[in-house]
Amino acid sequence: MKKLLLSTFLMLLPSIISAQDTNNSIIKEQSKKDTIKPIQMQEVIVIGKKAQLSDKQSKTLTSIDDYLQKSAKVDMIKRGAYAWEPIINSMPTERTLVTIDGMRIFGACTDKMDPITSYVEVSNLSEATICSGQEGACFGSTIGGSIDLKRNQNNFGNKKWNFNINSGFETNNQQKIIGTALNYTDNLFYVDTDFMLRDAENYKAGNNKEVLFSQFKKMNFSVTSGFKLSKNKLIEASLIYDKATDVGYPALPMDVSIAEAIITSLKYEYIPLNSIVTNWETKLYFNTIIHKMDDTKRPSVPIHMDMPGWSKTYGYYSKIKAKYNKHNLLVNLNSFYNKSLAEMTMYPADPNENLMFMLTWPDVITFYNGLFVEDNYALNCHSSIKVSASIGNHYNKIESELGLNSLQILYPEMEAQNSRFLKSFSANYNSSKNGLEFGFGAAYGERAPSITEAYGFYLFNSFENYDNIGSPNLKNETSLEGNVFIGLKKEKITLKMASSYFRISNYIVGKPDTSLIPMTIGATGVKIYTSLDYASIFNISFTSEIKFSRELKWNIQLVYGRGKDFNNVNLPFISPISYSTSIAYSKEKFSSEIVIQGNAKHTNFGAIYGEDKTPDYAIINANLGYKFNINKSKLITKFGIENILDTYYSTYSDWNNFPRQGRNFFVNLSIIL
Amino acid sequence: MKTLLKKILAIFVMALAITSCSNDDETTSPVVNELEGLTKFKEITNTTHTIELYSHTGSTVQGYNEIKLRIKNNANNQYVKNAEITWMPIMHMAMMNHSCPNSEVEKITTDGTLYEGYIMFQMAQNETEYWDLKIDYTIDDVEYTMTSVIDVPASAKRTVNTFTGSDGVKYLVAYVDPHHPKVAVNDLVVGVWKMQDMMTFPVVDGYTVKIDPRMPSMGNHSSPNNVNATQTTAGNLYNGKLSLTMTGYWKINLQLAKPDGTIVKGEEITEAVTSSSIYFEIEF
Repeated sequence: MKKLLLSTFLMLLPSIISAQDTNNSIIKEQSKKDTIKPIQMQEVIVIGKKAQLSDKQSKTLTSIDDYLQKSAKVDMIKRGAYAWEPIINSMPTERTLVTIDGMRIFGACTDKMDPITSYVEVSNLSEATICSGQEGACFGSTIGGSIDLKRNQNNFGNKKWNFNINSGFETNNQQKIIGTALNYTDNLFYVDTDFMLRDAENYKAGNNKEVLFSQFKKMNFSVTSGFKLSKNKLIEASLIYDKATDVGYPALPMDVSIAEAIITSLKYEYIPLNSIVTNWETKLYFNTIIHKMDDTKRPSVPIHMDMPGWSKTYGYYSKIKAKYNKHNLLVNLNSFYNKSLAEMTMYPADPNENLMFMLTWPDVITFYNGLFVEDNYALNCHSSIKVSASIGNHYNKIESELGLNSLQILYPEMEAQNSRFLKSFSANYNSSKNGLEFGFGAAYGERAPSITEAYGFYLFNSFENYDNIGSPNLKNETSLEGNVFIGLKKEKITLKMASSYFRISNYIVGKPDTSLIPMTIGATGVKIYTSLDYASIFNISFTSEIKFSRELKWNIQLVYGRGKDFNNVNLPFISPISYSTSIAYSKEKFSSEIVIQGNAKHTNFGAIYGEDKTPDYAIINANLGYKFNINKSKLITKFGIENILDTYYSTYSDWNNFPRQGRNFFVNLSIIL
Repeated sequence: MKTLLKKILAIFVMALAITSCSNDDETTSPVVNELEGLTKFKEITNTTHTIELYSHTGSTVQGYNEIKLRIKNNANNQYVKNAEITWMPIMHMAMMNHSCPNSEVEKITTDGTLYEGYIMFQMAQNETEYWDLKIDYTIDDVEYTMTSVIDVPASAKRTVNTFTGSDGVKYLVAYVDPHHPKVAVNDLVVGVWKMQDMMTFPVVDGYTVKIDPRMPSMGNHSSPNNVNATQTTAGNLYNGKLSLTMTGYWKINLQLAKPDGTIVKGEEITEAVTSSSIYFEIEF
């Protein structure tokens, strides 16, 4: 604990993140009449607006992953150059909730090579809202928090065409980026389309060391179209089609031949006039993902295998916002139905032998029905209390007989069906007076085990070098959480220190079972998912922004995490002291920035989870941009060098210590016609 | 509505009755088809009777064979229901003859016509050596006999182990079931016999057949929660549980243990010992 306090003290600096209050008014005519605005604690990362990427960002065409990891709450587990897995408050996918405009989507890869964030593009999105802990429970159950990726929200208006071209090049991995966006708007109708293509070769780590199998290709197309039914009613349909091919995962024994997603939705939005209900939004959605792992390009594998996975989700939510006296209410009724199936086919060396086939996800249905209610009550003009609660029913069923039979080898008594009841509750107090902001809160939340944790069958984890088998009768993981923040927001200075503590009971981890023999050739053993009594995770972050003048800004961000189980054994992927500081100078159309980013030595590593000591590192990045106005068109240019000193390094969250990218020159161009 | 339902039900029952009858002509009760899932592989005839031999696969093969038979009276084409039957399979080798483990022949149901038993051919025929089956039967105190050559090709996978145990006894261990293995916990049936003399192969009682299924193509991966095969009653086959975690080629390594635990044959699988000297093979 002493160490924790010490590190708290050590944190004396702020952020690259442009955090700002969310304001979700969609239809321009409906200007908000609120005098008291609810104080929001979430972090919002601005990506861009209306398919036109924000010129405030230093590298407009970077990946979503790169945008997200700027948040003090978010870090990324990296298995390659592509499709990083976001961790929120040091917690990975199973304990978090990532949604796209409130839509639940589940990756189809048993090895987490396709987090939801890999199926969208920066040009699809306007911002990412990051909520810590139970504040993120609006669209389902979570422990660590949530990320809602918000799509561009167009407005009706005067008839207007808008055309953008985005293009970029990076020297390190010869990444070529080309994208277009075409938008049309009038009083009754709008349509936004955007298209982006990325093609990258292997990247080179520091000292020009090529990282084999780090290439990728990705194509993303998106269209959103809205129609105004009446003055206060809107209907909107949207589609995202994303296809990544030939994606290398240098840290894993397998690559991906194809990852393809179709994400569709139909939204109806109603803004009642003169009613306590201020907004009522209902969305129906469907998404389908195909993901195929492939090892045919690897030079030597003990046995070739195909591991395809499929995930389909149908869902809806209906969200009502209401304002009654000093109450700001939010009610969200939501439901999804997901089907996940993953197979493994192994090819014996003797071609006359039958193929070896098994189901690694046994065609599992997850059907969730939940209700979330939140009340943000304004105590007075500078303080408020936010209370939220949710209940949900989480139902699983194994559809495949083969899959059920397979699991019954280990669990003879298990049944195909399982139903769980999940609840959450949170309360926060926030105050903001004369620039001094502070808040604190407590929460309780639960989550059901993930498909891998409950029903996974001999899934190899190359980090721990164990095969993992699910456990269908795991208890719900429950979390007690406390959070506190304090900040100062003045004209020239913004400071914020935020901390959260989670005590997670029935903490689900894989535990070696020596009676079992691994399936994967070369694996150390087999782990079965079990519940630890409890584990605790502590996170603290400090961010500051100091404006020396209108042009010159200094940002600092410091993050530290600590995670232990009830036996004082370290948990994996918990951040050591991580820092970044940047000085930005911008004047009129010119912008420039220099960034130093690094981690202290990772000494509290989780050895039993395959982690080892990671040395400290620091890298320097620099960029500059200029905005040209040519007639009515605009050309936004960004140039930069990342890892200027060509440092060879790896971070605590790099899978199997594989090295990060070395020196890289990039250029991003956006033409707005 | 009710009458409609009744009509549908009636039609359904009738349809069922008709289809069940169509397969066998004269003998069985109208609803049960004795020959369901069986295929005739042999017909042997003498002057008075014809014996029809059936199995699930429509053939016989090296290893354990479940065989069903019925006797037709050539005079009236009626199947005999009151015969007493014994059989004796004989291998004709160049230098000698010998038999193999086989069971009594018993009637399956009192009203039916089918008789059943098993024969475990421990070796396959070849160009010069062959199996024949002598069937002796008694009907109304009159004795009859028939003998015919039986086709016993080698099995594609190893299903029989014949060996001399550390106790000097010659044992025979054969794979019986599952015929159609699944990715699941399968009910395993194994037979254990010993050679008393060239013509007598009694069931060995009270032993344990230890099993360790492995996939040699997959790093000799094993499966969890297998149950060694043991007998429930003396004289019977041995029952165990066989877990198969995926499709493909599996080698079921065996150890034969005496009631006191002594291993008479077979080795435990370790890093160094990847296969036992006695084993079965399955592929699906």
